[in-house]
Amino acid sequence: MTVWLFYIASVIALSATGLALTRSNAAHALIYLIVSLLAVAVLFFLMGAPFAAALEIVIYAGAIMVLFVFVIMMLNLGQEGEERERQWLSPRFWVVPGIMTALLLLELLLALRGSEALTSGFAVSPKEVGLALFGPYVLAVEIASMLLLAGLVGAYHLGRRFLVRGGQH
Amino acid sequence: MGGLQVPLEHVQILAAILFSMGMLGLMLRRNIIFMLMSLEVMLNAAALAFIAAGARWGHADGQVIFLLILSVAAAEVAVGLGLVLQVQRHFKTLDMDAARRLRG
Repeated sequence: MTVWLFYIASVIALSATGLALTRSNAAHALIYLIVSLLAVAVLFFLMGAPFAAALEIVIYAGAIMVLFVFVIMMLNLGQEGEERERQWLSPRFWVVPGIMTALLLLELLLALRGSEALTSGFAVSPKEVGLALFGPYVLAVEIASMLLLAGLVGAYHLGRRFLVRGGQH
Repeated sequence: MGGLQVPLEHVQILAAILFSMGMLGLMLRRNIIFMLMSLEVMLNAAALAFIAAGARWGHADGQVIFLLILSVAAAEVAVGLGLVLQVQRHFKTLDMDAARRLRG
């Protein structure tokens, strides 16, 4: 019975992603993307990864999407931006990327075919994740922290120039 | 609460379709904001595949890799959105074709 929850969430994730990537209004696309991320969080929870599900909501749907909202509001694209997006989405631009992506997806599906395995059905608790994270994976944690520091410095550098010169004009 | 027993193949197919959608969006859109959103979709699909693989054997490793993907996505979005602001200021448009010469 509850296996149906999995398939319902999958359909919601797929359709919300498809809608998000074909909108011409950036704010609408963002809302669909948040719905898609929430559906994926439900999938994580159902597969027995409650910690990953919570992080998906808090960091992806919360923090990262709020960054997008800030930038879209700062840029304020307006009506003519939406018109231009609609022009760029005309069907003749779909042909070549569509064929290439469909072929790659077909190959991927052929490669994945034929496995009979089920997921284990046991939830992995946050405690086990933490033990693995600061046991065998501690070097990866350090590298991730350095990556985040580099991201912070890069974003500060790029954003600071924007703010200073924006104030002068 | 325990997890569900779903076929691993179905989760992998779902991740493959989500990844292809992200890739199609990346090739199709010319607006840099939508390109960043497509990158998010692709990273999210990869994370879904890792979580499914972790759930297959009941290990924590899948969730550890998910955390690493999450930090990569956060750093990428921070720098990417900083670049969006710079592109808009220089070229007065978000069209990536205007910024293809890589010289400010």
